[in-house]
Amino acid sequence: MDNRSSEDQETIREFLIESHENLTRLDQDLVELEKHPQNPDLLRNVFRTFHTIKGACGFLAFTNLEKLTHQAENLLSQLRDGKRELNPDLVSLILETVDATRKVLGAIEANGEEGALAFGELTERLRATAQMGEASVTKPVPVQAAACEPAPAAQTAAIEQKQSEPQPQPQIEVPWKELDPRAAEDRRKGQRRQATNGDNEEIARPSAVDANIRVGVGLLDKLMDLVGELVLTRNQILQFNAEREDAVLNATSQRLNLITSELQEGVMKTRMQPIGVVWQNLPRVVRDVAVSLGKQIEIKMDGADTELDRTIIEAIKDPLIHLVRNSCDHGIELPAVRMAAGKPAQGTMFLRAYHEGGQVNIEVGDDGAGVDLGRVRQKAVEQGIVRPEHAEKLSDREALNLIFLPGFSTVKTVTNISGRGVGMDVVKSHIEKIGGAIDISSRQGEGTTVKIRIPLTLAIIPGLVVTSGGERFVIPQVSLLELIRLETDASGKHIEYVHGSPVYRRRGSLLPIAFLNQILGLRTTIENEALSMVVLQAEDRQFGLVVDGINDTQEIVVKPLGKQLKGLTLYAGATIMGDGHVSLILDVLGIAQRSGVFGELREQIRTAEKAKNQVELEQQRLLLCRAGSFQRLAVPLSLVARLEELPQSSVELAGGGRVVQYRDSILPLVSLCALLEPGVPDTNCSADPMQVVVFNDGDRSVGMVVDEIIDIVEDAVTARQKSARRGLLGSGVIGKRVTDFLDLSEVIGAAKSSWLKSPNRISDSKVILVADSSSFFRNLIRSGLAMEGYSVVEASNLEEALHQVERSSPALVITALDLPPKGASLLASALRSRSEWKSIPILALTDSEVQLTSCDLKAGQFQGCCAKLDMSSVCSAVSALVTSSQSKARELACAGEGAN
Amino acid sequence: MATAMSLVRPEGTQSSGLFSTFLVSDLFFCIDVLQVQEVLRYQPMTPVPQAPEAIEGLINLRGQIVTAIEMRRRLGLPPRPEEMAPMNIVVSTTDGAVSLLVDEIGDVMELSASDYEHPPANIDQSAFDVIKGVYKLQDKLLLVLDAERIADLTKWRQSISN
Repeated sequence: MDNRSSEDQETIREFLIESHENLTRLDQDLVELEKHPQNPDLLRNVFRTFHTIKGACGFLAFTNLEKLTHQAENLLSQLRDGKRELNPDLVSLILETVDATRKVLGAIEANGEEGALAFGELTERLRATAQMGEASVTKPVPVQAAACEPAPAAQTAAIEQKQSEPQPQPQIEVPWKELDPRAAEDRRKGQRRQATNGDNEEIARPSAVDANIRVGVGLLDKLMDLVGELVLTRNQILQFNAEREDAVLNATSQRLNLITSELQEGVMKTRMQPIGVVWQNLPRVVRDVAVSLGKQIEIKMDGADTELDRTIIEAIKDPLIHLVRNSCDHGIELPAVRMAAGKPAQGTMFLRAYHEGGQVNIEVGDDGAGVDLGRVRQKAVEQGIVRPEHAEKLSDREALNLIFLPGFSTVKTVTNISGRGVGMDVVKSHIEKIGGAIDISSRQGEGTTVKIRIPLTLAIIPGLVVTSGGERFVIPQVSLLELIRLETDASGKHIEYVHGSPVYRRRGSLLPIAFLNQILGLRTTIENEALSMVVLQAEDRQFGLVVDGINDTQEIVVKPLGKQLKGLTLYAGATIMGDGHVSLILDVLGIAQRSGVFGELREQIRTAEKAKNQVELEQQRLLLCRAGSFQRLAVPLSLVARLEELPQSSVELAGGGRVVQYRDSILPLVSLCALLEPGVPDTNCSADPMQVVVFNDGDRSVGMVVDEIIDIVEDAVTARQKSARRGLLGSGVIGKRVTDFLDLSEVIGAAKSSWLKSPNRISDSKVILVADSSSFFRNLIRSGLAMEGYSVVEASNLEEALHQVERSSPALVITALDLPPKGASLLASALRSRSEWKSIPILALTDSEVQLTSCDLKAGQFQGCCAKLDMSSVCSAVSALVTSSQSKARELACAGEGAN
Repeated sequence: MATAMSLVRPEGTQSSGLFSTFLVSDLFFCIDVLQVQEVLRYQPMTPVPQAPEAIEGLINLRGQIVTAIEMRRRLGLPPRPEEMAPMNIVVSTTDGAVSLLVDEIGDVMELSASDYEHPPANIDQSAFDVIKGVYKLQDKLLLVLDAERIADLTKWRQSISN
């Protein structure tokens, strides 16, 4: 037995247990069969038992036993097929075979080998009987056949005698006591009962059969439930004990605590099975798939003895088979392809299982072609899963995860193995249903690895108890990474806001934060001096969850929620706490999704690695500068023409504005400081030399004076937030620091306005009056038109509008239909009443609700109409009207949906 | 914990079985006694944030976690006065036990099949779905509640949003 591996030993042990059980049943069946010789079910059972043993013997290379059982099987097959009838002689012969089999099994158990127990004579007898049976088929009367066999009455008697009286077995070298007691049972019965010494020894050393019993799964589940209850009760007792000082109670509850823990562990172990149970049929699956596809695949397994809860084993069975088939089918290439790629013709698949931090990791991998991401993207677009422009923006990792979406398949042809597009999504949902996570990594040309992480058990888990809004909640320990306490004085600085979303700088990287109170809609009951934050992991991403308080960790029993609450993804279940109260168990992934810390697929907060993969569109080169109290201001570098250092002496005043002569033209200067913080002493223009950023605006330039030019960065802008402040577009995060984005149109606008005021106006730019009561819309339109090169004057009501028309004689008037006090019609009639203003075209702006009727247009009051928010329509309508008014053509220009 | 229930028996008519009765606001309901698992006084409850409004919370029923449904909200009735503690009727449904929070527990009654009638068409929709029928008692009407439907909140949410 030394030359057999431990795995073989295990197999043999299982074979022995099973065979002993089968033989015991066989005894009963045979006796029953004698009473009802025509019962086909019984015959089939008997036949099957021998067949099973024979098969196993062949596999385990117990040749003698195989021969013996083979002959018995032959004989039985004749009986089963009705080729001969059963008679007591035959039953005896079979029973004798059963006994012989037991003996061999006993020998195998004792020393791992069949030993010299050949039973050649019995085998021969069985063979002869079977042959006689064959011969007897030709004979009309089967009974005669039985009579003709070379086992006459004398021999039958001898066989029966053998049962009661042991026949000498000189070839047995094994001492009786080392044999299975059951195998020797009848022998002992017949012999003597006094061999007390030997009997005791036999009992003292339990055999494989005695050491194992089969227990119904239902009973184990029931036990597990009861242990769960016990754990809860223990928790209650412990809590009760903590409240009073009773030495006896204390000692007893400590003891209870220990015993419960051990019991829990023990019961848990009974439900544990090695993952090899699921793996053992995978080599066959691989072989079949490989043969049918003409591939050569070797399967390697590592960690087959890793144990998992029974329910989990059941749950991962199908997903694993699916993954293995997928690997064989899509992953590993045909031998010729592999050779061409410089890989060995034989592909390798590996299965690996190991424990890690209370979880089990299972990896299914291959050294095949890997996932063709280009193809995945293309397919995803073809199948309408993502839009084309979206597909290009996806990072490799995101693209890879597309294969988990329902209905996705990249295979060109559907095979009977895979490629029907049902699969990976089902695999994912199966894994997630048992609280696991699945992740795929692939390198083109090198292979694919799917990693599954699943909990060891589902029933009792360690959890962290937190409070929020006066309620206690439990967070499963597996999702927990660390606890962070944010102190009061620093907490304001510790939580920063990006695009309105709270983040925390944790060891140099930004961690998105969610507030449990907000997610659950609870009120914070206590004004905490310090904030507590738990850092959690859901799937492969991390986030911080701010809670009111952190209590302690506890072993909790997961109880399912009622059907009414199944729709709530926030909770994974509920548990009963030590004081008997019910607490909800948070579903970390659900919490993350609800809070939006992970955002949409494309808005995901990216890790450093992901940022690298980020597409060019989101990544732009930015010029960073400082002005006044704004430490980081960003401007797209593509808009920057030059960076200049200009001496103070070169600045000249022109019409109240500061200008410099620059490259044979006049460059107006805009102080960023003055623009952003009017009233604050201007620092940038006093420096010498001044730092100037020169922008090109059409054929003219504007110089922006800043305090300092910091850097040019090429980085992903991870988040943006709009800003209400004049001169700023908003803020975002660049290089892990919050940065403001400059509104360039504002800068140019500032230069324009000073330009306009200058007496010697060289610009032929058109002045446009924007009349609207809302300064927001005025700003919006002005910034839009400023970029188009128009100068804009504003008015908030009719009186102001008329005043502005008189002063700046605009080329066009844009007015909101609801201009105070009584609507735009008044403005229109006022303009039309004066001859010099008659020709000024009027463009009306509508909200989406207020539609301009066609009769208003027909009446000639307005020359065009646009929706307020549709800036591009406004611009095109403006340019059309300005041009047409120049050529004195009174053409109605309609743009935007509002007019239709 | 179970409150004592007296048995009221009608005279000489064909019985359609025993029913547990209870009051919710001014409505008099009953449920087949075989569906009633137990009746409890007010229990401490764990609220479930973000759950459908009709769910009052979770109670610990000897180690089993049971969802409690506030019948007044479930039926769209005015809220119970604060000083009035609700009673729990734990009913078993195909999806496990559910506790119904009601105002008051009444007697167990044996009802006569001849008094039974289908629910009238003009009752409120949120109530119509969950009322199987009506027993016309001498002095009042007794509504037969469908426990399965009461526990099924998917439909309830729809009827609210509509």
